[in-house]
Amino acid sequence: MPAKKHERLLRCVITCCALAGLSNYAAAGVLPEDRADILYFKYDGGGVTIDGPSVLVRKSIGEHVSVAANYYIDMVSSASVDVETSASPYEDERTQSSLSMDFLHGKSTYSIGYVNSDESDYKAKTMFAAVSHDMFGDLTTISFAFKNGKNEVFQNVKIDDVKQNNPNFNEGLGFAEMESKSYSVSLSQIITKNLILSGQYEVITDEGWLNSPYRSVRFFIGTDQQGQQPEVYPNTRSSNAASVRAKYFLPWRAAVDGMYRFYTDTWGVLGHTAELGYVHPLDKKFVGGDWIFEGRVRYYTQEAADFYADIFPRADYSNFMARDKELATYGAVTAGVTATYEFKIERFPWLTKGQINLRFDHMQVDYDDFRDARYSLGSFGTVPDEPFAPGTEPLYKLTANIYQLYFSAFF
Amino acid sequence: MRTIRGLFVLTALCFGAAGCSSIEPWVKPYDRENLADPIMAGRAAISQDFLDHVFESREGSRGATGGAGGGCGCN
Repeated sequence: MPAKKHERLLRCVITCCALAGLSNYAAAGVLPEDRADILYFKYDGGGVTIDGPSVLVRKSIGEHVSVAANYYIDMVSSASVDVETSASPYEDERTQSSLSMDFLHGKSTYSIGYVNSDESDYKAKTMFAAVSHDMFGDLTTISFAFKNGKNEVFQNVKIDDVKQNNPNFNEGLGFAEMESKSYSVSLSQIITKNLILSGQYEVITDEGWLNSPYRSVRFFIGTDQQGQQPEVYPNTRSSNAASVRAKYFLPWRAAVDGMYRFYTDTWGVLGHTAELGYVHPLDKKFVGGDWIFEGRVRYYTQEAADFYADIFPRADYSNFMARDKELATYGAVTAGVTATYEFKIERFPWLTKGQINLRFDHMQVDYDDFRDARYSLGSFGTVPDEPFAPGTEPLYKLTANIYQLYFSAFF
Repeated sequence: MRTIRGLFVLTALCFGAAGCSSIEPWVKPYDRENLADPIMAGRAAISQDFLDHVFESREGSRGATGGAGGGCGCN
């Protein structure tokens, strides 16, 4: 069976990211600028390669309306550590299209949007609405947003060597449902002529099928043998996340920014995120053009979910059992650089500005309680010559490189 | 639900305060040249969304990744 590591919560996150992207530009009191972006991205790490294009176009209609559309394709080729120990490599493709509108009325901006995501074993439809308002002499912006996503989960199997949805999945229904809602409040405040602060608080609630249709947990049989059984998750999850950000304009025309986020949820996951960035333009008399360079470091750490274990003491050990490394205890560092070249083309006077951007990030993840089970279970059915005893394998480490090349046109 | 209701109340209070306030902005519009500089604008959404997706698909945390307006009123 061509089982795959189906990161189902990821799909919900992807949709939320898309919504955030479409609404990112929505500063109250001012319509977003007209622009078009085309991106090629590639993620390569941990046996997984994801690449594809994304196109985002934003255009004003009159003085009070702005429309944004995004089309995005993920092409996944996976032989991750989870897949290696329980299945065969797989390839898949996800397409996502979205549309949003911003309406400017006085000092307020009202936004609505819709996202449709389609994959062979996951379909998601999400809508959102948001309002932002400028006040106190435009020094303060407050925003409130709501999102509602309805998702359908399927399980792919191969029947007569043809990949298709398993008709017996979820007790014969063939699919499972999940609904997600998000409520957020954010506040942005100009402190001085060089400093801006912002904060955000977001509550997300999920209900329905929340675990993977594919992934398994492992458990001890006696003291030196192990078995596997499907994961079992709760069918609800509520999370709270609060973040603060600051950005400061430096005296030599450069900018430094910082971010901290605190996260907690009803599954027991506790997360801390911190990020520091520096943006520095280079004078064209030294480099022959308008260049902007950016460096960024991000640190993330989390404590595991209450029902996570690398290996459980026995089969059916508790009501809920997970071995998803996203729910494990670990720390991660990501460092990245971006180079941006700005240009104008005399022949195209309608083009206010063009940009070519190249971005590279390197990620290193060190897990505290997720072991590399390939040392005991083997890889794609091939058992190691000298397998480790269950629970004694080396801790897993993930390194990944992330590449982005994108063009931006402002008009 | 109490948390959500609290958010609505907070939002309503802020909007109300804005309506009846006569607070003088201490950073005048003509003092916002630095805040309006393109290097303060943040990263392109198309790029940041992809990176947020990479992080969140590998992390237990989610939400509060930004999206608030700049509040500069500089454009």
